[in-house]
Order: sequence, then structure tokens, then C-alpha cells
Amino acid sequence: MIEVMQFEFMRNALAAGLLASVICGIMGTLVVVNRIVFLSGGIAHAAYGGIGLAFYFGWPYLAGTLGFSLGAAMIMAAVTLKDKHRADTIIGVIWALGMASGIILIDLSPGYNVDLMSYLFGSILTVPDADLWIMVSMGLFIVALVAVYYKDLLALSYDEEFARIRGVPVTALYFLLIGMLAVTVVMVIQVVGLILVIALLTIPPFIMEKYARSLLQMMIGSSVLGVVFTVAGLWISFAFDLTSGASIIMVAGIFFFLNLLVERLIPGRRKIPKKNIAVEPQRS
Amino acid sequence: MLSNDHNLLDPIIQITDLNFTYNGQPVLEAVNLAVGEGDFIAMIGPNGGGKTTLLKLMLGLLKPQRGRIRVMGKPAVRVSHHIGYVPQDVHINQRFPITALDVVLMGKLAPGKRWSKNSAQDRRDVLEALDRIDMADNAHRRIGELSGGQRQRVFIARALVTRPRLLLLDEPTASIDSRGQTAFYQLLKRLNKDVTIVVVSHDLLVISTYVKSVACVNRRLYYHQQAEITGDMLETMYPCTMEETCPVELVTHGHLPHRVLEHHKE
Repeated sequence: MIEVMQFEFMRNALAAGLLASVICGIMGTLVVVNRIVFLSGGIAHAAYGGIGLAFYFGWPYLAGTLGFSLGAAMIMAAVTLKDKHRADTIIGVIWALGMASGIILIDLSPGYNVDLMSYLFGSILTVPDADLWIMVSMGLFIVALVAVYYKDLLALSYDEEFARIRGVPVTALYFLLIGMLAVTVVMVIQVVGLILVIALLTIPPFIMEKYARSLLQMMIGSSVLGVVFTVAGLWISFAFDLTSGASIIMVAGIFFFLNLLVERLIPGRRKIPKKNIAVEPQRS
Repeated sequence: MLSNDHNLLDPIIQITDLNFTYNGQPVLEAVNLAVGEGDFIAMIGPNGGGKTTLLKLMLGLLKPQRGRIRVMGKPAVRVSHHIGYVPQDVHINQRFPITALDVVLMGKLAPGKRWSKNSAQDRRDVLEALDRIDMADNAHRRIGELSGGQRQRVFIARALVTRPRLLLLDEPTASIDSRGQTAFYQLLKRLNKDVTIVVVSHDLLVISTYVKSVACVNRRLYYHQQAEITGDMLETMYPCTMEETCPVELVTHGHLPHRVLEHHKE
């Protein structure tokens, strides 16, 4: 691994992977406990529409993508709050429409062709320094926001109604959460690709959810797991000459199933004892 | 028990001509209710009869389309942070990574308390609340590791640290076995010395020994005060007997203590 580090592209790839792991560890924890994985997928895919828009109108890439994704994300957030039962359908529609409009807009843009594969799987091996700094500042921004609103986010995620009664500005906070998610997804996709973002948002927090005793522990644990997956995946991709993003996801996936397996084989203390399982009221 | 009467001059909850429709369907119609300070009232009725909706109106989570609802003399939304609320257990994610202590600390949330770490005083209050309901030993266990009854106690503690004058509970015994239920209602009875309690329930056990009054909710609301309840002469218990209002039937083995409520007038 050491000799690999003499290549600048490898150092940057590692740095980008680590930053993405930490950012996704924090946001992914909130995504998993709030059960908005599908919504995150929707944002990530709809963002492609923003890319198309930026190319077609010659807008700056980031402004176009970020603006479009934030817009799509806010619509999804509003629908989720207003009509929970229809939300998944509407998100699916925005998901598909965003992606399709992006592809058509890029078709219509003269003389320019964006590689869809690099959008899906990113190009972690060609991350420029400038992108790294964007990720650093974004990471700090997210850590700060989550720190300020930690207790409110916890209450919102655990029991929305109770949070409302305690005076937590639930609606505004939910929009903030989805907004942060949109920013995260757009920025991190640019570096590591859409598929890796979704993997890092879901797999580490899912594994950690069972072992953590607080949201904070889950965030830290997920970040650490993400780092482990990234380092291992990058090493494998280098050693066996495989696609880096896909290698990282394979490592994460193997951990995911190993974790499920271990849980089955060792019914440890974390399993709820039988007698404690909720019993329906009985007739006596 | 009759103390309820003079307290009605200044009721803690006052509902007048309340109507609520959901998707064009009337859920509650012409509801009138005055809950006196110190009351322990059970709201019973069939599923979909509007019990939970009425509770959420009292909490200010929903707004009535017509009519008025006042809690402690003010619109419900304005005082909701003075109400202790115990939600239905089933709606809460049991895999959530959180300890009993942290759940109760949530009750210490108040508008404008952002940056602050939980103060030592907050933690003392929380431990005291957990102790009050015999859950101090479980403070550091994950909420999902607790039994249904223990979890329900934690939610009560969370409601109690807000130092409420009014405690609203939504189907609190749905995930507790019958022995646990008895203990649970004894706890509520103890708490009732200081707080007014409204409990939504469809299990009839509640009514028998613990509550002071009963409201039958099935689109309309019928209030029965303890004073109306006749003794234990009848074999079968028909709370709220009235054709379609809230058809409840219970078969007993004869020695079950029971009460019969008066017919709804109208």
C-alpha cells in the first residue's frame, strides 16, 4: 500500500474516498434512521437532469446541478411531508424524469458528450486538488450543521410528533435535512459517482445501526467503516487492476452480508430475549 | 370523584362544537367536552372512530375545521409543550440506536435550546423521572432491548420530565401483556394524584378500576361521569350501549368486576 502512495492520483483518490466516507457516514446515518434511502436515490438520479441543463445552457456545472437537485429534493421533501403514502411513487417519477431530461438535454447540446459511466461510477482516480478542497469545506459545513441541530435532528428522526410538541421546528428542519442531503449527494457524486454514494450512504449505517447506542456513535462508526471499505477497495482495485468504485462497493457488500451471517449464527445479547417480545393484549 | 364537578368551572380541556374532516370524510362531529383538572378519563370506541384524531387535536398537531379547542385556556398549539404525550409504541422505530436515558432527555427539549449540551440538572431530572417509574436500572439500555411495558414506562418518564399538568396517552397498553397492563394502570393511578390524564384505549380493562370517567368516541362523543355508573349487578358489560355508536361486546365468566354505563342521551 505504501508504494502506491507515491502516485499523486492515488493520494488524491484516497483523500477523496476518506472524505466521502466521513460525509456519507454522517448523512447516511440520518438517511437510514429516517428511512429516506429511496429519496436519496431519487435526488442522486434527478441530479443528472441538472448536469444536462448546465451543459445545454452553458451554465457553470456546479450551479446548474446543485440548483436542479435542490429544487427536485425540495419537491420530494414537500411530498413526503404532505402525503406519505404517495411519496415513493412521486419520488420514482422525479427520479426517472430527472435522469431522462438530463440525457435528452445532453443529446441536444452541440458537440459535447458527457460519459454516463463516469457519472455513475465517478472517476476517483482523477480527482483534482480543487475538488478535494470543496469536499473538505463541505464536510466541515455538514459537521457544523449537524452539531448545532443534533438534538433536534435526533428528536425529529426518533419521534416526529413528540419533537413537534416540544417545539422543534420539524418542517423547517426536515427541509434542511433534505437540502443538506442534496448538497452532499451532488458534491460527492462528482468525485466518486452515483453508485458509490448510495453504497456509502446506506451500507455502513445499516451495519452500525445494530451496534450503536446513539446517533453520534452510529455516525462515527459509519464513517470509520466507510474508510475501511474505501481503503480496502482502493487497494484491491490497484492490486488486481479493477475499477476502483466498483471494488469499494464489493468490499462493502461483502461486509454487509458477513454481518448478516454473523448475526444469524451468533444470537448474541443484542437479540431481544423471547419473553420480552411485545405481546398482544390477551384475553384472560 | 365528584370533585370533577367544581373543577369544570375552569376545565383543563374545553372543546366546543368541534368538527374534523379528513379527505372529505367526517371524522369528528359536534364534539363537546370539558375535562376537569384531576380527571382520569378514558377515551374508548371502535378503531377509526376518531379517538386518536381527537387526541392529536388536543395536542395541537391537527387543527379543527370548525369549533374550538382550548387547553389550559389557550389554543392547543400554544400550550402543547406543557402537555405530556405518550404516543403509540407501534409507530416508533425499535431498532433506533438510542438508550432509555436519551429518549427521556428528549422531553427536556425546549424551543431555543440549541447549542447547549444537556445540563447536569437535566440529567438528574431524567434519572429521577426514570426512578419514579422504577426504570432507573435500565437507563443505559438500548430502547429496543426493553419489553413493551418497560418501553411504555420510558415514554411516560419522557412525558413526565416536561412537568406536565396534563398527560395524554395513545393506546399505551397495546404491546403489554395483561399482567403488565394492571401494573401499568396502577402507575397511572398513582400519577393521577398530580396530573390530569386522558388515555385512549380500546381495551376495556382500563375502565373497570382505574379511570374516573369515560368518553365514548365514534364520530360523536359521549361523556360518562363516574356518578352515572351503576353498580356491578349486570352479567355482561356493555360500555356505551347504543346501536351503532360504539358496538362493544364482552363475554365474561361471571365474577369479572364490571360496570355498565348509561345510555347516550339524544
